[in-house]
Order: sequence, then C-alpha cells, then structure tokens
Amino acid sequence: MDATTNFWATPGGWTLITVGQILAVMIWILLSLAFLLLADRKIWAGVQMRKGPNVVGPFGLLQSFADFLKFVLKEIVIPDGADKVVFILAPLISFVLAFAAWAVVPLAPGWVVSDINVGVLYLLAISSLGVYGIIMGGWASNSKYPFLGSLRSAAQMVSYEVSIGFVIITVILLAGTMNLQTIVEQQAGGFWNWYVFGGGLSNLPMILIMVPMAVVFFISALAETNRPPFDLPEAESELVAGYQVEYSSTPYLLFMIGEYANIVLMCAIITILFFGGWQAPFPTPFIESWPATAQSFFGFMWFFAKTVFFFFLIAMVKAIVPRYRYDQLMRLGWKVFLPFSLVAVVLVAAWRVFGPAQGAI
Amino acid sequence: MALQAIAFYLLATVTIGSGLAVVSVRNPVHSVLFLILTFFSAAGLFLLLGAEFLAMLLVVVYVGAVAVLFLFVVMMLDVDFGALKQGFARYAPVGAVVGGVLAIEMIIVATAVARGGAASGAREPMSALDGLSNTETIGRVLYTDYVYFFQAAGLVLLVAMIGAIVLTLRHKPGVRRQVIADQVARTAESGMRTVQIKPGEGMGE
Repeated sequence: MDATTNFWATPGGWTLITVGQILAVMIWILLSLAFLLLADRKIWAGVQMRKGPNVVGPFGLLQSFADFLKFVLKEIVIPDGADKVVFILAPLISFVLAFAAWAVVPLAPGWVVSDINVGVLYLLAISSLGVYGIIMGGWASNSKYPFLGSLRSAAQMVSYEVSIGFVIITVILLAGTMNLQTIVEQQAGGFWNWYVFGGGLSNLPMILIMVPMAVVFFISALAETNRPPFDLPEAESELVAGYQVEYSSTPYLLFMIGEYANIVLMCAIITILFFGGWQAPFPTPFIESWPATAQSFFGFMWFFAKTVFFFFLIAMVKAIVPRYRYDQLMRLGWKVFLPFSLVAVVLVAAWRVFGPAQGAI
Repeated sequence: MALQAIAFYLLATVTIGSGLAVVSVRNPVHSVLFLILTFFSAAGLFLLLGAEFLAMLLVVVYVGAVAVLFLFVVMMLDVDFGALKQGFARYAPVGAVVGGVLAIEMIIVATAVARGGAASGAREPMSALDGLSNTETIGRVLYTDYVYFFQAAGLVLLVAMIGAIVLTLRHKPGVRRQVIADQVARTAESGMRTVQIKPGEGMGE
C-alpha cells in the first residue's frame, strides 16, 4: 500500500494519472460528440419533416463514425498560394482550445481534471482564444471568401464576448467565488437554489435579473460559437462556407469537431453557472449513505442530462430561427445586450451590498 | 519541483524565442502570431509564480482582445517590404542605443533583485491576508487603498473610448437607416390602406 501511494505522489505518477484523466475526459467527449452530431442532424430533419441520416447502422446511429472515416481517408488539399504552416496550424488550434477548456469543467462531485481557483476566468480566457483558429484559417487560405468570413467572425466573437463576460460577472457576484466546483456546490438542495432563480429563496428578487441574464448568455453563446441564427462567418448563401472554404479532409474535420466541442462546452457552462451543474433539482438527503462513486455517477447523470437538454435547444434554434443580417447582429450585441448586462451587474452588486445578505460571502 | 523546473525552462525558452521571432520574421502577420505566443507563454510564467489571476487576465485582455485588433489591422494592411528595408541603415544606430540602454537597465534591476534574495528560492509569493486567494487580495487592495487611482484609470479609458467614437462616427445625410422602434410600432391601419376600385376604371392617380 505504501509503495503505491508513494508512486502516485511522485512527479512521474502524478503525470501519469493526469494524462489518464485527460484521456478519459477527451474520449468521453469525442464519443458523446459523435452521437450529439447525429442528434443535431436528426432534430434538424425532424423539424423539416425529413428522416435525416438513417442508413448507417440502426437508426443511422453509426453515421458519425462513417463520416469520420470518410474525412480521414480523403486527400488533404492545400491551396497553392496558402501559407502552409498557418493553414495547418489553424484547425489544430481550434481543436486543442476546444478541448483545453474542458480541463476545469466539473463533471460530477470530485470529477474535474483541474480544480483551480480561477476556473471561470480560465474558461473566458480559452474561449477568447478560440477566435484565432478562425482568423488564422481565413487569412492563411489566401482567398477572398475565407478572409471575409474570418473578419466577420472575429468582429462577432469579440463583440459577444463582452456581454458574456458581464453575465458571468453577475453569477460570480452571487457566488462570491470563481472556482467552478464551489459554484456548483453552492447551488445544492433543489432547483430554487440555482443561480438562474437568484440562488436561494433569500435572493428571490434576483430572479427578475438572473432569468434574463441566462437568456442573454444562451443567445450570446450561439453567437460565440457561430451557430445559426448567427452563423454569418459561414453564411452559405453569401460566403459559400466562410473561413472553411479551402479546407478539406482531416483539417476540416478538426475545425468541425472543435466547433461542436465548443457548442457542448457552452451548454455545460450554462448548466454550471445557472442550472446547478451536477446538482439534482430536488433535495437529495437519501444519497448521503451511498458510496462516493455512486454519488459521483448520480451527479454526472444530472450534469449530462442538463447539458444535452441545452444542446437540444441549440439544435432547435438552428432549425427554427432565420439568419440575422450583419448590422442587426452588431446592434443586438452592442446596443441591447451590453447595456442590459451592464445594468444587471450594477443591480446584482447593489443587492449583494445593500440586500438582506449584506456582503456575506 | 522537477516538473515546475521543466515547465519554467520550457516556457522561458518559448517566451524568449518567440520574442526574438517577433522582430526577426519577415511577414508581419507571422510576427503578430509570435507576439501572441510570447504573451501566452508569459502568462504561463505568471502561473508558475502563483499569480493565477494576473495570468488569466493577461490572456483575456492581451491575447483575447488587444492582439486580435493587432492581427485585424496587420492583416488588412498592404505592407511594402522594400520601403521598410530602406530606412534600416539610417535608424539602426538609434535602435542600437535604445536597445543597449534597455539591456543595461534590465541587468541592473535583475542583479539588484537577485542580491535581495529572490534567487535563493526562500521567498514564496503569499497573500497579505491569510486564507484569501490572490484574486480576492487584489480585489481588496484595488477597491480600498487604490480606489481613486482605479476609478481615475477607468475614466481615462472612458474618455479615450468616447474620443475614438467621436472621431470616427459620421452620419451621412440621405442614408436611410433601420429604426426598429418604428417597424415594431407599425400597425395594419398605419401601414396599409384599402381602396375600392371599380371594374374597368383602374386606380388613376
């Protein structure tokens, strides 16, 4: 026993166990993505009264794996005038960043690769880096449509990051911490303690601010991940496919996986910040006696269910809402969401200082 | 400690290497990309020092916002390399003098800090108040001792922002703009009229 505990405490053992955790999270996300991608297409098809992919495997369940093989086996085409290094680097950056953010996401009680004090800031930092993959891909293609697409995308992502930042600040003000695991733990005990309802019955008036903030965050998340109705960087009727025009086979696959991993990440962030993360929506005194692993699985089940629910909402938005015009997109971001979330930050801060809980953190 | 040493030497090498690349590569876009790498690995060095809040802020502000604008401008500029090369011989001595002065200053500061005991490893960065993370400590200092400077800095930035908007905002006369309030306020009565037209006569004027 002593020998094994000593081994896990050494740098080598620590590295091994961390790499193992990272691999476990990555493989889980990749597997989930394969089926979420299919779900996205199936929901889209269902709204339009089509069947969607239904040939590969039962109900088309293996469609994503067939697509994966197709992408990997095709030839990589690099345009003649392209900046080769940056051209290949861009999808790699998109892919790596989309997965790097998952390092701080608490999946269940005690299940998190890196439990850091500035988890929220880390998420914000990584998602603000995501724009580089797109802007580099668009520039390196040395072609007009990708370049225009990447410029649009950069402006769009920078704009909506501002309101996302302010919405996150309202939650941080209520929680009094930037550690994601602590934020989730504070929302224990039932759905009325979730931050979307102000976090606890004593903060009930905050429901008037936090419900709209959750909606603002959801819409900004759509814009941040270039999802319809804000998919202007790849608006197929104007720019063919935006920054991805020149990409084929595996580099394109990396872009696409990165994009979907980001979408699921945004769903996870909404779940954690507003909807209690891995907490059940009702008090759970009965699981106290369960073994720790069973408690973790119970929490993970709730986290997964909530994340998939928000992914379903995003898929429905894609099917239902028509695309925004670019000036309307900018108007919404700068003239509606920014002042709105700024006022919300002031109100929540005032509530924390002058409200019944008077600065108790 | 071994892992931290490896991380430090890796990050320091990347920081210095990409810093050199910023000024030595030919393509200005590559140079901005190397600048981003420099910022990023500098943030890593902050993390090793235990200043996680500063590290994240460096990434959010410099890498996520400032460098994007750099990249934006540089990508759309049409840079003439011939013109850039012409002035090189003339400006080289001035550059060398400025660089030399900076290098000497850095060496003096570094030796002074090292003599103060920083290199011995005995000093750990720690919070002034027990049990607080460095985010909370920075927040307390910023909003109590330095609140006036903090607010003044905010006002300076606000003035700069208003200035930039005033300089660039132009309303051309005669351009029709979308007024969303007008569109929403339109009703069936104000937007449409019914006309009775007799067969064979048309509407006329």
